[in-house]
Amino acid sequence: MAVHTFESEHEATSTGLPNTKLAMWLFLASDCLLFGALISTYVLYRGSSLVGPYPADVFDIPYTSVSSFVLLASSLTMVLALAAIQRGEMGRMRVWLLATALLGMTFVGGQVYEFTTFYREGLTLSTNLFGTTFYVLTGFHGTHVGVGILMLLSLVAMSFTGRITPRDTMAVELVGLYWHFVDIVWILIFTVVYLIPTGK
Amino acid sequence: MATVSVRTEGARSGLLRRPTATTGFWSWITTVDHKRIGILYGITAFAFFVIGGIEALFIRLQLAQPNGKILSASTYNEFFTMHGVTMIFLVVMPLSAAFFNYFIPLQIGARDVAFPRLNAFTYWAFLAGGLFIYSGFFLGGAPNGGWFGYAPLSTVEPGNNMLFYSLGLLMTGIASTASAMNLAVTIINMRAPGMTMFRMPVFMWMGLVVQLLLAFAMPIITVGLFQMLFDRRFGTHFFDPAAGGDPVLWQHMFWLFGHPEVYILILPAMGIVSEVLPVFARKPLFGYQFVVFSGIAIGFIGFGVWAHHMFAVGLGPVANTAFGISTMIIAVPTGVKIFNWMGTLWKGDIRFTTPMLFAVAFIAQFVVGGLSGVTHAVVPADYQQTDTYYIVAHFHYVLFGGAIFGLFSGVYYWWPKVFGRMLDERIGKLHFWLMVIGFNLTFGPMHILGLQGMPRRIQTYPATLGLGVWNLVATIGAFIIATSVLIFLLNAIASFRRPKDATADPWDARTLEWSVSSPPPPYNFEEIPVVHSLDELWHRKYAEREGGLVVPVPAGGAGTDPPHGEGHGDGGHAIHLPGQSFFPFVAALGLPLIGYGVIFHLWMAVAGAVVLLVGVYGWAIEPASE
Repeated sequence: MAVHTFESEHEATSTGLPNTKLAMWLFLASDCLLFGALISTYVLYRGSSLVGPYPADVFDIPYTSVSSFVLLASSLTMVLALAAIQRGEMGRMRVWLLATALLGMTFVGGQVYEFTTFYREGLTLSTNLFGTTFYVLTGFHGTHVGVGILMLLSLVAMSFTGRITPRDTMAVELVGLYWHFVDIVWILIFTVVYLIPTGK
Repeated sequence: MATVSVRTEGARSGLLRRPTATTGFWSWITTVDHKRIGILYGITAFAFFVIGGIEALFIRLQLAQPNGKILSASTYNEFFTMHGVTMIFLVVMPLSAAFFNYFIPLQIGARDVAFPRLNAFTYWAFLAGGLFIYSGFFLGGAPNGGWFGYAPLSTVEPGNNMLFYSLGLLMTGIASTASAMNLAVTIINMRAPGMTMFRMPVFMWMGLVVQLLLAFAMPIITVGLFQMLFDRRFGTHFFDPAAGGDPVLWQHMFWLFGHPEVYILILPAMGIVSEVLPVFARKPLFGYQFVVFSGIAIGFIGFGVWAHHMFAVGLGPVANTAFGISTMIIAVPTGVKIFNWMGTLWKGDIRFTTPMLFAVAFIAQFVVGGLSGVTHAVVPADYQQTDTYYIVAHFHYVLFGGAIFGLFSGVYYWWPKVFGRMLDERIGKLHFWLMVIGFNLTFGPMHILGLQGMPRRIQTYPATLGLGVWNLVATIGAFIIATSVLIFLLNAIASFRRPKDATADPWDARTLEWSVSSPPPPYNFEEIPVVHSLDELWHRKYAEREGGLVVPVPAGGAGTDPPHGEGHGDGGHAIHLPGQSFFPFVAALGLPLIGYGVIFHLWMAVAGAVVLLVGVYGWAIEPASE
């Protein structure tokens, strides 16, 4: 007889989808609206700054392209981590999770460096609308990446304490879903904010 | 029936010893039982209802006569703002959440929600947010820029008033969003065998639509509130025209959330009424599928009408026309529901119990509010009505005459199920009639006041305008409402002095929650029910003979007991219930600390973040159940 347990992926559900996975998809759908509102605000205020520095004055596209590539590469290592735990290889899973976290940290580190540089060049939250919308949008995204890194490191730690066992593939899959989502959002932000040129 | 043993205890790993108290203070702090959390939501919402009501009484006293001197202008601003914020975010939303929490698992045949600890967290986060906003009164000033918080007033005014607004609503927003995920997953994924989507009670459908509306509307206001917070606290320019920003952006953000919010407030009441009417008309709901699909349609169209709150802003004739048309369109599915409810009553064997009276008053008053709403869709008329008391009258007919009456219908209907005791019917009817009279006396005249040109939100008015008479009538009505609420409170207290004598099914009802004892056991169902039809319980109790004659099924007859051997019975086995936990409470405790940190000293925010992390990690490490 099926013992009725909670928050467990082994339970038979009405749709066949595990509760946790359905909840994560719903959360990500909801988060789309969050980034939607932030990106809309950025687009609405493009080119509306009354004083500089303007995007063209501060952006270093090659630099940000590299850090974007680093973040996108982390999606590959995330997939490898999931594949590892699905095969029951906990050691490899840890390696790939750590690699994912490391790539994420490189990206966030790059963002911190970028923010510092822009700040030195005179762009703050309150300089103009560009500073206002740029820092808040990319800051929200950076915070999302930061939360993702925390979750990745927690998975590694919990795999040592026995809270994550080879049966807990769903935990890794959920963090993976979140991580890929954050990556995809960055593709959008990178395109809208950096690649599409603004008049001033 | 097989014997059932319940295991909830078992202290083991984790940062803290697993709490096991089943009675007393700590049992409530650590509970993850959806029924207890529902009760917590209900009591808290009612407390806020009384507070928000007292604010309204002060407003009415101030406006009772020309040149009123009860409240200073600045206090008046705080009171009308907090009245709106309270009634919307701290009363109607959590009161609906109370019913959803308590009855979603019971109506779909589940033992709890999908994520019991998340459920506890959402309650504590909501409570933290509510208390945080109110703490503004003691820490330099409560929110005073209206419940809509229009920029730039909300971003340039000195004082921390609107910081309490933005931060507090961010907290209740976190609660609503998380709760929406939890309850939506519960409805989609945890239905009992045989409970297909179209065998669900209408209340469940409205619940699902509301959770999805929350999931997609809350992130928008979250961004808006962050932008307001950053403008006010960190010097950004989102809504600052001097730097090229646009205050109208806030209005778009707010109403893109705010209009779905209107349906978040009213759909739960519509769901309740759709449960109550069939029970007391002794007929199935007329056109079940129409009611369901019109609810879904309202959910979709609700995202496409927001700018009708902004006709006077100057968006231009094209935008105004488009939103005027979409607003008229959304009246169609709403009207469909009205006719379905009337069809349910038609030729029914009606019992005018207190819940039924509230449900019928809901329909009548909601029609008035809905019709005045359609007049706003006519743009030229709206130019005259906007920001007048006509609007105040309109939305009180929808949200008080509608939502609150519907919720009171639910309170009287489900009280015996939740507390095992009936509310007194005679006192209940007194409550009802006083409330109907008081409500219409208060808000009916506001239509006239608005058309006479009395603006919203004004602190006082000169005698020469001739507004005194209807204002006095409205104030008298407000005190009649207050009396009716007091009578309800006495009724509630009196019910607890009587023995628990409510039977499992005192109303001869139709849905699964009435198949278990009143109040239900912690595990809800001894055996997970197997569902064969819409109105499952009704069909277990009654069979239809040829010719449409309905006859009771003898107890123990076919359909009373679901057949065994479908692989879902837990008979004879231990029922595992989710374990109690400290951590949702701890995590929620971090939120107001972060809030105060943002306003006063950032180190407090760091402390709050640490508390939040401790809560979340304790939660993650601790197993869901032992």
